[in-house]
Amino acid sequence: MGAGQLPAGGVRGGFLVDTGRARAVESRTGARDGENPRVNDEHDTHDLPGPSLWPIGFAIGVACVLIGLVISIPVLIVGAVVALVFGFLWVRDLFVSRPVTAAAAGLPDVAPVATEADLGDNVDRATFLSLATIGVSGLIGAGVTLPALGFGVLPSFMGEGVDTFDVDLGPISNFPEGQYVIATYLESPEQGEVSRRTAFIRNNGRTDDGVPSFTTIFSRCAHLGCPVQPNGPIDEEAKKDVNGVELRPVLAASFGCPCHGGLYDSEGNRMAGPPVRSLDRYEFSIKDGNLVLGRLFSVGTVQGVGASAKIMKYYKAYPGVHVDGIERWLYPIPTPGSTS
Amino acid sequence: MATKTSRKHSLADAALIPLDWTEERSGLVGYTKWFLFRKVPHDISWAQTLGAASLTAFIVQATTGVFLAMYYKPDPSNAYSSIQNITEELTLGWLVRGMHKWGASVFIILMFLHMARVFLFGAYKYPRELNWILGALILVSGMAEGFTGYLLPWDNTAYWATVVGININATGPFVGPFLAQFLQGGLMIGPDTLPKFYALHMLVLPGAIMALIGLHLYLVVRLGVTSPPWSKTAAGRERGPEAGAREGLIREPATEGDSA
Repeated sequence: MGAGQLPAGGVRGGFLVDTGRARAVESRTGARDGENPRVNDEHDTHDLPGPSLWPIGFAIGVACVLIGLVISIPVLIVGAVVALVFGFLWVRDLFVSRPVTAAAAGLPDVAPVATEADLGDNVDRATFLSLATIGVSGLIGAGVTLPALGFGVLPSFMGEGVDTFDVDLGPISNFPEGQYVIATYLESPEQGEVSRRTAFIRNNGRTDDGVPSFTTIFSRCAHLGCPVQPNGPIDEEAKKDVNGVELRPVLAASFGCPCHGGLYDSEGNRMAGPPVRSLDRYEFSIKDGNLVLGRLFSVGTVQGVGASAKIMKYYKAYPGVHVDGIERWLYPIPTPGSTS
Repeated sequence: MATKTSRKHSLADAALIPLDWTEERSGLVGYTKWFLFRKVPHDISWAQTLGAASLTAFIVQATTGVFLAMYYKPDPSNAYSSIQNITEELTLGWLVRGMHKWGASVFIILMFLHMARVFLFGAYKYPRELNWILGALILVSGMAEGFTGYLLPWDNTAYWATVVGININATGPFVGPFLAQFLQGGLMIGPDTLPKFYALHMLVLPGAIMALIGLHLYLVVRLGVTSPPWSKTAAGRERGPEAGAREGLIREPATEGDSA
């Protein structure tokens, strides 16, 4: 940038031998001090590098890496490349603009005093070595820490451990038309009791198109995930156990949550209390005459009743998370494993 | 008389020689004196012991927790029965578990009382702002200990309270759902959730709290104990050169008005 302002002859004829010093002559600092060459004889003056855009680019790259880790691999790669390129430029910039003594010494009216030059050289070498030590230690530390941290955190963000299993609830003849049945089952027998779930199933008969229709409500409250209970008498006498699935018919016109008083109507729409949306539902299919529950999805509202109901379907969201209305913009990124 | 004196001398030597030996090689005796034998304002009271009480409560939690960890089994099929085993079968297990369970509340309550004392005495003011921040971080970490520890008994209270707690986290804007996914390792509490909470509860968070307590105590020793707001004396100390342009003693709240 400022090389042209320096008397080139003096520089080349002096004691500048290695490329490190030659770069120093061309540095911004050297150019700025050209009018007063002795100013940098004070070795304790602190020369800060000039303003630079590289750190900003580096930060953007790192941000892209972090966002990419959550959203998509291409963003991550782009971010890594940007961070590497700008990081390299930044580091190079720092080293290029650091040494200053040689710039002053190279001017014609300054005698090339070897001791002073050596001193300047030594300081630079010491600085370089300490920076290099810190840098290498940092790299080693990062090499240990980042994989461990990534292992600790990333599996939760990559959709691992969110597998849902289809569950066979047995023949649809066990579900009397127009009545709710409480189905309690293990989603994954290998995982055991921790995967016990409860669904409220109502056989709606057939839709106008002749397709079998079921209302398949998941028991977890849309407020904070407590177990919602059907409000009505349970017919314990008619309890059935179908391949480990417990079926209990219930006369329920509404559902209530014991934790904080959320109240839902027979379609799972919120009637009262703190819930922010309707009760979640399952996708379902009928295989060989058996009712099979699939993935969960969230419901904004349900219009209509039973077989003719119109269900506002959204990706599976956590309880308490809005899926519709203006509040949904607070949750712009669906969590991995929730999209269907 | 002479023999008594010489015996006294040899007794003193027996105590001092190992101390001197240690001091000469490590300086630890000096550091211990620096840490323990400090000047404090003459009008401090029991109110200033709440910090030490909180520290004691944490040490109780750490000690009892270490021994509970020897018998607790952090997996969904064995956790509840291992807690029952500790409480019902093992000698003194009921006591150690009880100390850990009730001591948790004691720890949190004492931290709040300590915080109230610091606030009401104005002990968070210059130059102790950083120590207030460290204390707040300890409080947050302590409450995270409470949250993660509550799941470990793996009974219905623990399970559903944690469901609600995780889902409260999930309602946080933008990051909430990801925080919940991290905490339970999936869309709902699953087989990985309990070991994860256990690791957070007994490794990550205690480590963080210990480091924070170390910094907190270092600042307490460095800055001294605050005298109460009604103190008539200046219980300050000379500022070192590190205080920069500010002059005078590092002042206590009681003397702020006097020296102005």
